[in-house]
Amino acid sequence: MSGVSVTKDAEGAAPAANDLVVLSNVNKHFGALHVLQDIDLTIARGEVVVVIGPSGSGKSTLCRTINRLETVDSGAISIDGKPLPQEGKELARLRADVGMVFQSFNLFAHKTVLENVMLGQVKVRKADKKAAEEKARTLLDRVGVGVQADKYPAQLSGGQQQRVAIARALAMDPKVMLFDEPTSALDPEMINEVLEVMQQLARDGMTMIVVTHEMGFARSAANRVVFMADGKIVEEATPDQFFSNPRSDRAKDFLSKILHH
Amino acid sequence: MNVLLDNFPEFRDGFIGTVSITAVSSVIALFLGVIIAGFRVSPVPPLRYFGTAWVTLMRNTPLTLLFLIFFFVVPEILFPGMSPFVLGSLALGFYTSSFVCEAVRSGINTVPLGQAEAARSIGMTFAQTLQIVVLPQATRTVIPPLSSIFIALTKNSAIAGAFSVAELFGWQKLMSDKGYDIVPVFIWVAIGYLVVTFTISGLFRLLERRMEVAR
Repeated sequence: MSGVSVTKDAEGAAPAANDLVVLSNVNKHFGALHVLQDIDLTIARGEVVVVIGPSGSGKSTLCRTINRLETVDSGAISIDGKPLPQEGKELARLRADVGMVFQSFNLFAHKTVLENVMLGQVKVRKADKKAAEEKARTLLDRVGVGVQADKYPAQLSGGQQQRVAIARALAMDPKVMLFDEPTSALDPEMINEVLEVMQQLARDGMTMIVVTHEMGFARSAANRVVFMADGKIVEEATPDQFFSNPRSDRAKDFLSKILHH
Repeated sequence: MNVLLDNFPEFRDGFIGTVSITAVSSVIALFLGVIIAGFRVSPVPPLRYFGTAWVTLMRNTPLTLLFLIFFFVVPEILFPGMSPFVLGSLALGFYTSSFVCEAVRSGINTVPLGQAEAARSIGMTFAQTLQIVVLPQATRTVIPPLSSIFIALTKNSAIAGAFSVAELFGWQKLMSDKGYDIVPVFIWVAIGYLVVTFTISGLFRLLERRMEVAR
């Protein structure tokens, strides 16, 4: 048994047990456009990774491939040691373990806030209705929209809707949370209330992959910043390193445009 | 005007026949139509092909031809001894299911893609996504075209009369064979159909209003 580790180099063997999401050599095309080019990315348990980059760089697509809302052309993605299965029951089971928060909230429009948070627990986890409601109310309180439980999504502000969406994802007890530009569709004054919830989650040790344009959040909550441009991961660094001393010209150019304005 | 009074039992039987075949084939059409619409948007290619083939075949075949097939071919090879009523309901139900399917599919397409993505992302299967999230939101859009489809179905049921199913239009044939003046006969038949079709549009208008309040 111990012989195995000898054959591998120390760096390769050590993190394997702690790796939650692994993408290796992932490629994807949209027609002629090569949106993801040889992406290698490993996210450890409890890590908060922020993906930034200019529009059209493939960040959202990357995020969506992790729970297979987008299929990939080649390469492998595994979550908690299991490769992503084909579309079907098994994939559905795996998706339940991967929380996702969308740019446009996507709350179920015909269900109340409370029902939105209960639905997955009851229909997917087969939880008891009463337990599901209790848990939903706790989560809604935690993200600060407990009072709105019986309203319909359309009656809530964008910030409130997005917090409900976070609660809905958390209700499934996910192993990892994906955030696909969670604040991009929000009015400036509502961005903070959502970021605060996300920061609290990060402090609680949730594994998070966050695609965002919020540099403040990246600085304060991320363990690692991944900078993408033109379908490639150009740079990976700690937030401090990345923001104060970016290595690549592409990142320098990007930061100069967004920071000095 | 005594055409009606003199032959009221036959007229009543015809009216009941029209209502029954309309009701039974509506249920068949609605049930099959929703299922086939599910097939047509399914991620499983064979189901999609089957759905497309079904709609193409049923929608593009003249209804009379479909009736001929159901009355003279189906009993020969599949189920001998089926009553004309069942055969007629099946033919009409299958035919109309293709129109229902397309109406439902257009309703599904009006529901934003994000709704289905959110449902899938919390681990719902395709069937659950459709049943719990997409179809309930599609219903509102589908109701007005469905109303037209079921009214068309009612009127199409007249073809069943030519295949020895007791229904309203068959009564007209019976009366003209008996030598009655054709004009009042047709008026009574028309009134019979109007009662059914007005009821259908009334029901659907009620449904539409109910749905509006729900949001």
